[in-house]
Order: sequence, then C-alpha cells, then structure tokens
Amino acid sequence: MSCEKMEGRILGYLDGRLSESERLEVEKHLAACAACRLRVNEFRAVSGLLDELPVIEPSPEFDVRVHARVAAEPMKENWWAWLRLSPRVAFAASMLLLAAIWMGYQRPQPVQLPWSNPVEADAQMMQDLPVLEDHDVLSNFEPLKDLPGPADDDSDNTQQQM
Amino acid sequence: MVRTDVQLMLDVKAGDEASFELLLQRYRTPLVNFLFRMVRNREQAEDLAQEVFLRVYRAREDYVPSAKFTTWLFRIATNLALNSMRDTRYQKLEVSIDAPVTVDAEAGDERPLDVAEKRPNIEQHLVEDVRVKMIRHAINKLPEKQRAAVLLHKYQELDYTEIAKILSCSESALKSLLFRAYEALRVELAPLVAHQARQ
Repeated sequence: MSCEKMEGRILGYLDGRLSESERLEVEKHLAACAACRLRVNEFRAVSGLLDELPVIEPSPEFDVRVHARVAAEPMKENWWAWLRLSPRVAFAASMLLLAAIWMGYQRPQPVQLPWSNPVEADAQMMQDLPVLEDHDVLSNFEPLKDLPGPADDDSDNTQQQM
Repeated sequence: MVRTDVQLMLDVKAGDEASFELLLQRYRTPLVNFLFRMVRNREQAEDLAQEVFLRVYRAREDYVPSAKFTTWLFRIATNLALNSMRDTRYQKLEVSIDAPVTVDAEAGDERPLDVAEKRPNIEQHLVEDVRVKMIRHAINKLPEKQRAAVLLHKYQELDYTEIAKILSCSESALKSLLFRAYEALRVELAPLVAHQARQ
C-alpha cells in the first residue's frame, strides 16, 4: 500500500471502521513506514485533544422558548384530526354513511299488477266495461241533476229560512 | 422499553406531544453544542437549536422514516448553521478568525474558577483553559464544511454515510474532507499534538 492510499484509510483505521482485510493491510504498511506511523499517532492525538472540549448545557430558558415557539404555531385545518378528537361526531358520521349506502342498495320494487298476461288484462277490462258504462250513464243522467244536493246543504238552507 | 427516535417521531406525527418532549430532552444538549461549535456564539446557537426543533415539529405530519432521525436532525442543524454563518446579520457577532481568542468571547462555557481551591488546582485550571482555547481556535479556523464534518464525526459519532448525506456529498469526498480537516488540526495544534503523541 502507498502512503497516498494510506491517507484515505487513517481515520477509518482509528475509528475501527475498516474491514478485516483493510485493517491488516494498513497495519502491514504502518509496520514498514515510520512517516505514516507518526501521522497515525498524531491523528490519534488530535482526536484525544478534541475530547477535551467541554460540553455546555443549554440555558434553563431553552425548553421554555421551544415550547413557546411550538405553541405559537398555527393549527392546521385537518378534518380527520377533528373527527379523531370527537368520537361521537365520528360515530354519527359513520352511521349516516352506512344508512346512505344501505338506502342506495334498496332498489325500487316494480308495481305488481294482479295480472301479468296481456290477454288476461284485456279480458279483465272487458269484464269491467259494463261498470264503466254504468258510471258514464249515471253521471250524465239529466233527471238526476234536478235532485237536491247532499243532506248537509239542505240543513244549511233550512237554517237560513228559519 | 426505550423507544427509538423514529418511533418517537412517528408518535409525534400521530399527535403525541409527550414524544416531542422526549426528543427535545434527548437532543437539546448535542444540538446546542454542535451549533455552538459551528457558529461560536452561545445565544445564536440556542436560537438555531430552537429553530431546528420548531422545524422538526412543523414537519411532523409529513415525516417518513426514510433515513435515520439523527441524519435528518443534523442536516437541518447544519444547513441552518451554514446559512446563518453566511448571513450578514450575524457578522457583528462573529469573532474574527485572526483575532486572539479572548476570555469574553468564550465566556459562555467557561467553568468559573473557585478562588478557594488549592493553588495547584488553579494552575491546572489555567493550563486546561489555555488548551481548550487553543483547540477551539483551531476548530474555528477550519473552513465551514470541514468544521461541520469534524464536529459530526467526532462529537455526534455519526458514520460516514450519514455525514455524507448531511453535507450532501459522496462518501469518498467526505473522507477526503475529513482527512484535510484533521490534517489542518494536526498542524494548528502541533505543540499540543507533539506532547500528546509522546504520552
């Protein structure tokens, strides 16, 4: 392995992120190259120095400010969320939906005639014809028009005459 | 049983505010530290960290666990930090790279010295303070992207794939970036490195 190729593997070697074969290759090179050995040691030292940087704690107001900013966020209009918050509304809506679906599946029943055969229908009409004719005659019968009206009308007239 | 970050985020998506609180507890300190080391100003770092959490909250309804939660979180944080560092509004707050590191500039995270402590401890504190300032100064001198790469690699312990995704570069480009960053730190911290390497 060349020193140039070694440059790309130093950090992986120090982090323990090389494959077994890569690690062995690096260690073989380090055993033979004093310059790379020194560089690896110095990189390790840099990493150790970076560990010395102190950790700071967020200020006590940090959480309060985050909560305030989150609380100030406008609420998004979300119907599903609204339904989730109101189980009764969700239940009523689902019942309504089911009823609508059920009614949609109820096909209107065809009117059942007492006869289905056209010949039977004609025969039935012929049987009913005298009745229709009688109704026609009675409704146009002149002498009947001279008769007094219904009983209620008579009583009204009687009261007026008195 | 400890819930994973992804599980917590999915619970936040389902409307569980308590899960957001747990994510806040889990990541506020790493985020504030990362951002403080990036932007070099404590107040600004906290503002940016709050913004990160706010963006996570805003995105809860569209959250899909396609990547690790930390990748997503630190990608937001890195972008915010890089943007704010480039933003002229913060120019006044930035400490010049060439300016000597003063106690005031770093006051946010210095441990106060206890005068009642014994003298050897005071000297030890002073030595440690000087070392810390030198290390911080060396990090501050790194170009922005190298700095972000080192901070994510060293302090968040993210793997190369994650860091590459956060910085929108290939894994090989990231390895090269990290090598150059550590090389620059090695040169900048040469006196400390030599001492450390001998131990």
